[in-house]
Parts: sequence; structure tokens; C-alpha cells
Amino acid sequence: MTMRKMIKPCGLHCIRVNQLSVSVGEQQILKDINLHIHCGSLNAVIGKNGAGKSTLIRAILGDIPHTGSIEFKDREDGRLQRLRIGYVPQALNIEKNTPVSVYDMMACFQSRFPVFLKKSRRIRQKILAALEIFDVRGLVDKQVCNLSGGELQRVLLSMAIMDEPNLLLLDEPVSGIDRNGMELFYETIYNLKEHYDLAVILISHDLDYVARYADQVILLEGGVLKQGSVREVYGSDAFQEVFGNAKEAERGGIDRG
Amino acid sequence: MDDIFSWLRFDFMKLAFGAVLLITPLFGLMGTMIVSRKMAFFSDALGHSALTGIAVGIVFGIGDTNLSMVVFAIVFALLLNKISSKHAESVDTIISVFSSLSIALGLAILSRGGNFSKYSSLLVGDILSITPKELLYLGILLAATLGFWCICSNYLQAASIHRALAKSKHIPVSLMEYLFAVLAALVVMLSIKWVGILIINALLILPAAASRNLSENLREYHFFALVFSVFSGILGLIISYYANVATGPAIVIIAAIIYFATYLYRRCAGT
Repeated sequence: MTMRKMIKPCGLHCIRVNQLSVSVGEQQILKDINLHIHCGSLNAVIGKNGAGKSTLIRAILGDIPHTGSIEFKDREDGRLQRLRIGYVPQALNIEKNTPVSVYDMMACFQSRFPVFLKKSRRIRQKILAALEIFDVRGLVDKQVCNLSGGELQRVLLSMAIMDEPNLLLLDEPVSGIDRNGMELFYETIYNLKEHYDLAVILISHDLDYVARYADQVILLEGGVLKQGSVREVYGSDAFQEVFGNAKEAERGGIDRG
Repeated sequence: MDDIFSWLRFDFMKLAFGAVLLITPLFGLMGTMIVSRKMAFFSDALGHSALTGIAVGIVFGIGDTNLSMVVFAIVFALLLNKISSKHAESVDTIISVFSSLSIALGLAILSRGGNFSKYSSLLVGDILSITPKELLYLGILLAATLGFWCICSNYLQAASIHRALAKSKHIPVSLMEYLFAVLAALVVMLSIKWVGILIINALLILPAAASRNLSENLREYHFFALVFSVFSGILGLIISYYANVATGPAIVIIAAIIYFATYLYRRCAGT
């Protein structure tokens, strides 16, 4: 993996999520979430299905209404700054035969120049540079609907870092990616947080990879049950309660769905 | 040469030709977004709401039923847009319900006292009756739509690919969707008299659907949709003149033939 732009994480910024709660109708989905995220760290959110993992991501994104606040602070002087979020969704709303190339998609999201009219050389250069970081430069004129799961993931990552985000929010890919693809995915994310000045919040379904790559683990179940290093969380009673024997089962059946 | 263009001898044919040259690119363009955003049901319902709009105008004693038709369509479009964003799962069902209700209301009111024949021309449309002034309105609408496209089509496209992702990039997704709904209402209402309620949706959907069979990117998609739309418009008009059939249906038949041809092409090309 070639990293063209190396910015070491400064370690001086942090993102604080304070008392974040989400309710839909009568039902409270997330309650009093407090998180402390350092730049240059990989934070894995784990929990069972329906624990509110995706809701947490959507709330931080501002896609669903929530109470509480999200602050982006300079750790030295406590100055508040505007948080730029890069988001990598799990899947796109693109079906087979959609006439949208990788260039089209990225240009639609990243520029005002009318994509339907004409290709802009300047925007194309920017897009190629971003794709290059994830070794997918060659995909620029491919149709998005024909990309493999792994290719799409890398294209979306390229798009997410084009605005130089401070925080990268992503879902671990679930479908269309084999074991090698997963390994590659985690290595990519790891390299990204090592070399860029950004923090990563990753929803993960694979406890093995989390154990190997995460700096901080957040165990979610409607609220934060346990938060800390891999060792702290995996050794906790809460973890046993949520995953119990499921952990063993997961080890055996990683390539499910 | 005289023979080829003899159909242009009459003034009404010249005007109709002008109308086709304005309406078909307009529909080709709108259709690309309606197909991309899977709004075929929405535009169909919009067409049906024309009858209700006229009926509402008559009930409230508004002299110019064109006005009540446009206003009603805009309100209807905004309402449908709101519903679609709230209930993503069953949008097609809900829109169908509103669409049927609206056309039933319109038919019920307009047919009171057995007077519906007065409005039946609206069902099929009559492009040969267009006046120069109405042609000018269509021209303005086409220009406005092109302007809208240059400013907003990236945003709308992005929102159709992934709404939350578009929002995270600070794209004003909801505003864009409302604006597009209003524009769609205007386009459908201002052309419904010439195209007709029954086939207006076909004219919106077919060129874009055919173009999707051939295109790999957005530029090709728009280009082919426009070409197919204008081509079927002109050919349909000429055929309708010589075969003495209504123009709208003739255009739709050509567009449908193009669609099937591109479909077969895609199947054979194996993509």
C-alpha cells in the first residue's frame, strides 16, 4: 500500500461524545453514550445485533436526531474546532446496470462541476490521487455497480479521505469479501490511522480482528457496557455476558454471511 | 426535399414540431433523474393529479383551471415527497393509494352531470393545438430545467447513491429533493395538455430506461436519453401526420421500440 501523503497523527486532538442518547418514538435505542476518542486511534464498536451500533454511527453523522453533544477539541488549550467526518457506508443504493462510473460517483459527492455535462480534468486528477492511496486508480472509469465488495470498499475509503477528515466512521464489510479481503481491509485501516491525522470508529463483527488491530474497544448494548483496551474489555464480566460462548462459536464460523 | 418536409407546410405542424423540440429534451432530462431515483410511481401519480387539480379549480370557482392544476400538482408533489422520505419501505404502495384517490376524485367531480367529454382530450393530449405563447412557456421551462441541472444534478445524484453519505458531505439533500419534486410537478403540468395523462409517464421513463441499457457513465446516460427522446418525438410526429393517429401515442410507440432494441443489444452484448 502506497501512502502518498504522510501526516503523522499529532496525538493532540480528541473527540468527545457526551451523553449521547437516541430515541425513536417511545423506544430509547441508545442511552447516555460517553466516548473519548484520540486521534490516531482505531476504536472498535462491538455488540450483538440490535445493540445500536449502526444507530451510534448515524447519530454521530447527524443522520438521526439525538440528544447530547459531540465535541472536537485541541487537547492542549481545549479549543473547540469543527469536526470533519469521513463516512464509509457498508453498501450503496446502486443496482445492476446503473450508469454511474467511479469518477461520476466521486465527482458528484466532491464537486459542484456538473458531472452529466463534461469530465473535469482537475477533478479527475484529485480523484485519481485519492484512489491511488488505496491502490485502486485503475477503477476510475469502471461502473460502480460492477465493482467487487473489496473494490467498492476501497473506492469509498478513497472518497472518505478526500476531505481530510478528523474522524472516519465505518462499518466493517460483511458481505462479498473473503478472508484475504478482510485481512487487507484491516491492514488498510490500520495503516490509515497510523499515517494520517485521524481517528477511526469501526463497527466490527469479528472479535478476532478487533483483538489484533483495535486500540480501544467499545462494548455496546443500548449503552456503553464496557470501554477500554482489548484486554480490559475482553476480560470483563460484561463481555462474558454478551458474547459468552458465542465467542467460541464466532472463532469457528468467521466466514459466515 | 419538398416531399420530405411537406408535413411542415402547415402552421400547426410547425408549432407542433417546435413543441416536440422543446418537450422531448425536457422529458429526456427529467427522465434520467426520475429513473435514477426510482420515482416512476411518483411521476405517474403527478400526471394523474392533473384531473384533480382541474376539478379543485372548478369546485372553488377559479377561472383559470391551469393555475389550480399547477398549484395542486405542486402541493401534491411536496406531499408525496414528504411521505416518501418518511416511509422508505412501502413508498410504491402509498403513492399508488394517493394516485388512485386523486384520479378518482378528479373523475368523480369532472364527470358530474355527464360532462366529462369536455376534459377527455386531457387523457390523450393534443400537441397540434399548441399556440406560440405556450411554446414560449415551454422554452422558459426547458431553460430553467437546464439551469437547475447544472447546479443541482450532482447533489441529487449523490443523494440517490447514498442519502446519509450525501448528508455527511453537507449536501442539502432534503432541499434538493423538494426542489426536484416541484420542478417535476411544473414540467408534468405544463406539458400534460400536449402529451396526455395516459402516456406522459411513458415519455418520461422510456428514453432514460433505454439509455441505461447502453450507458456506462452519467454523460453517456444523459446523451442517449436526450437523443432517444428527441428522435422518437420527431419521428412520432411525422408518423402521426401521415398515419393520422394521435401524436403522443405514436411517440411512445417509437420510444418503446427503441427501449426493446437497446434491451436486446445489451443482452446480446452480454453486459
